[in-house]
Amino acid sequence: MASLPYLPQTQADVQAMLDRIGVNKLEDLYSDVPAQFLHKGAYALPDALSEQEIRDYFASLEAMNTRLKVFVGQGAYDHYTPSVIPYLCSRSEFLTAYTPYQCEISQGTLRYIFEYQSMLCELTGLDVCNASMYDGPTAAAEAMKMAIACTRKKTRVLLSATLLPHVVEVVKTYAKFHGVEIGMLQADGGQTSLSALKAELAKDDVAGVIVPSVNRFGIVEDHSGFADAIHAQKAVLVEYCDPSALAVVKTPAEWDADIAVGDGQSLGLPLCYGGPYVGFMTVKKDHMRKMPGRIVGQTTDKEGRRVFVLTLQAREQHIKREKATSNICSNESLMALWVTIYLSLMGPQGLKEVNKLSSDGAHYLKAELLKTGQFEDVFPGQPFLKEFVLKYKGAGSLQEKLEKAGYFAAYPTEEGYVSFCVTEKRSKEDVDRLVSIVKEG
Amino acid sequence: MKYYDKLIFELSQEGRCGYSLPVNKYPAAPEVPSALKRQSALRLPQVSEPDVVRHYTNLSQMNFGVDTGFYPLGSCTMKYNPKINEEMAALPGFNCLHPLMKDELVPGVKKVYEEMNKALAAITGMHTFTFAPCAGAHGELTGLMLMRQYHLNRGDLARTKVIVPDSAHGTNPASAAVCGLEVVEVKSLENGRIDVEALKPLLGPDIAGIMMTNPNTLGLFETQIQEIASLVHGVGGLLYYDGANMNPLMGVVRPGDMGFDIMHLNLHKTFSTPHGGGGPGSGPVGVAKHLVDCIPAIKVSGFHGNFGVILRAYAYILSLGKDHLQKVGQYAVLGANYIKECLKDVYKLPIEGVCKHEFVFDGLINDGAHDDVPGATTLDVAKRLLDYGFHAPTIYFPLLFHQALMIEPTETESKETLDAFIEVMRKIAAEAAEDPMILHEAPHNTPISRPDETTAARNPILKFQDTL
Repeated sequence: MASLPYLPQTQADVQAMLDRIGVNKLEDLYSDVPAQFLHKGAYALPDALSEQEIRDYFASLEAMNTRLKVFVGQGAYDHYTPSVIPYLCSRSEFLTAYTPYQCEISQGTLRYIFEYQSMLCELTGLDVCNASMYDGPTAAAEAMKMAIACTRKKTRVLLSATLLPHVVEVVKTYAKFHGVEIGMLQADGGQTSLSALKAELAKDDVAGVIVPSVNRFGIVEDHSGFADAIHAQKAVLVEYCDPSALAVVKTPAEWDADIAVGDGQSLGLPLCYGGPYVGFMTVKKDHMRKMPGRIVGQTTDKEGRRVFVLTLQAREQHIKREKATSNICSNESLMALWVTIYLSLMGPQGLKEVNKLSSDGAHYLKAELLKTGQFEDVFPGQPFLKEFVLKYKGAGSLQEKLEKAGYFAAYPTEEGYVSFCVTEKRSKEDVDRLVSIVKEG
Repeated sequence: MKYYDKLIFELSQEGRCGYSLPVNKYPAAPEVPSALKRQSALRLPQVSEPDVVRHYTNLSQMNFGVDTGFYPLGSCTMKYNPKINEEMAALPGFNCLHPLMKDELVPGVKKVYEEMNKALAAITGMHTFTFAPCAGAHGELTGLMLMRQYHLNRGDLARTKVIVPDSAHGTNPASAAVCGLEVVEVKSLENGRIDVEALKPLLGPDIAGIMMTNPNTLGLFETQIQEIASLVHGVGGLLYYDGANMNPLMGVVRPGDMGFDIMHLNLHKTFSTPHGGGGPGSGPVGVAKHLVDCIPAIKVSGFHGNFGVILRAYAYILSLGKDHLQKVGQYAVLGANYIKECLKDVYKLPIEGVCKHEFVFDGLINDGAHDDVPGATTLDVAKRLLDYGFHAPTIYFPLLFHQALMIEPTETESKETLDAFIEVMRKIAAEAAEDPMILHEAPHNTPISRPDETTAARNPILKFQDTL
């Protein structure tokens, strides 16, 4: 059995502490536990491994997985992570810190969260951002609850059918138990339909509407007229966004949205089989006090220096308890730092270039695929960035064929379309090779 | 720690950049139509890579962490975060995997989930775990959804209430409310345990279940758990176990054996993954066999939970094995009782007896109040601890005592560290007795002094743009 290097107690330490407490043995510290609950016998666990053995074992697990070039998005995007980010995020002063309740010794965490809030407000154009949520889908679920809390006597929230399926599923789960009715807004030509929206709003029971800024087909949606129609019914407009794309597409504020949510994963977080990611939420100032989660604010200390604190805590679960409308406590702070460093490095120009490279690559791939004659363009003329769908007319599973060639691509949508995504991490050679494999038939 | 007053925005210079990207070899794609284009300027910082590295390094130096010093932080289990776990979670063969890849492509990942499931089941006595929840509160919510789903599956629609003790973590009643359940509070007895007689009249066919923390937030084992379990089960309710306090039971007691039907674990507490300044965590939820069928209906996060955190916890479990598991629980309890015994002559211990991993003092015995000078409060003690290089304990929680000061040392702290902490706590008590003003004005040696929180809330400045 390997020893455990994380336990500093010597036999003498243990004895001295037991003596001070006034008991004979460690077991006596559990004298208040009814005997039948004390576990007898060995636990069904493996033997303890040494560090070297853990390393070897993880190497074997890692090697079992198939490493493919990723040409799929659908809510998780393979953008490049600059080396500086993991380097700085692994600093133990950030990594091993607790929630910054003791602000005098947590200014590092509080400052980067303030910077994160500022950057997400800048990207979305809205006024107030919280310190982060778990992921995009749960942020959307929180927005759903907020819509109900912001509007009186309205019981229904509308979701666009063009939202990513995992977003819809999570919002529906939360809604079911929170007592909120969900209505689905059908798509028209690959976009959320304004006429369908107006028809639903006419029923006068809608608290909020969640629509994607760039949708699951990769289409940049046109939300002209949405906010007016929604606000006329005193409901709230929630935009679900890919924050990376907000460098180039119309912002939630420009659509006059009340709330913006989404997943910060596209801002340089590794795919990591789905997490940890980081949800974000920004809102108009009017909705600030209904917002869930921690918020960092600026103030001064006794010497008048600029300092940062957790603020507006009256909104939070530990104060409101059973009157709370959100239970979020721990969030994804370290991933918010990750995003903050990413946006600092990229700046406005870098983020636009990432969009340009990805979009140029995706448009090139789409055009080349269409040239093979094996695809039908299901949404011709619709604007897109890094992601698009096509209808595959060939035989068999294109996804499996590409998998065998080392590509994760042609992800099937529920309509039977195949979805592709290109990021700046894919070279033109990768794209050309993928197309040539398709051509080989 | 050194005060550093820059924000990254203040380092920005037009035209500076911190990135490098490959040359674009593609033909230019058509731009997004102007009606769909971003109109506003994008005022992100423009800084070089060295600017970024120095800025965030400077920020980090204003932070306290487990690697810097001791956290006696009740209910938060701030144990050491092993470094091998970080390295294992960063392996490219895990990090490069897209969450929508089919199971057949990622057998190594599936193995991690399966083995974690088995290990957590063995440690807790539950049947199966779901790893979707991303934090403890998220686990609570998921667990309560499973509780409701269980009753719904049986066609029992009348169970709209959940019982929560008055000593519960704030997330418990909040999770219940978010899950659409009405919270019924049950009082604690003088001895800090649930009042079973007060519980009895609350039970009936409208009760979905009870949420319990055992040991509870006072660090006391709920000695009547068997009776509570049979009473709640007797009316058709379920028992939920808040795993925030699982650490003292590691290798000693299994929640499943005590009659709990549903529980969550905080991998970022009991299973050593770093807190990260407030996340990412992971809050897997375990259920007894009769609830396994309810799991597929509950979709609470985008993909497969916080896989990176699960990897770290898995590495930790492999290092523990069956051999060291029990020491974790026992040493955590040993440390807490040791501190309690060494300080109870200067801090008020409201409930005597052996505690588990944590305990609660109700302020100072002699707070030094005299003439016009008010006595030193729990907040003052907490802030003075910062001066001596320790993190503060959890304060003013649980709500049962006015001056609650909740201390949890964890098993990874040496006797020397505990002794140093005890010495400082005694010194602070002596300072309070002599001159409480020293404590009222603390901290004195930190990068900043106490902030003006009232102004922060009254005139919120929540982003850099608000200051322009």
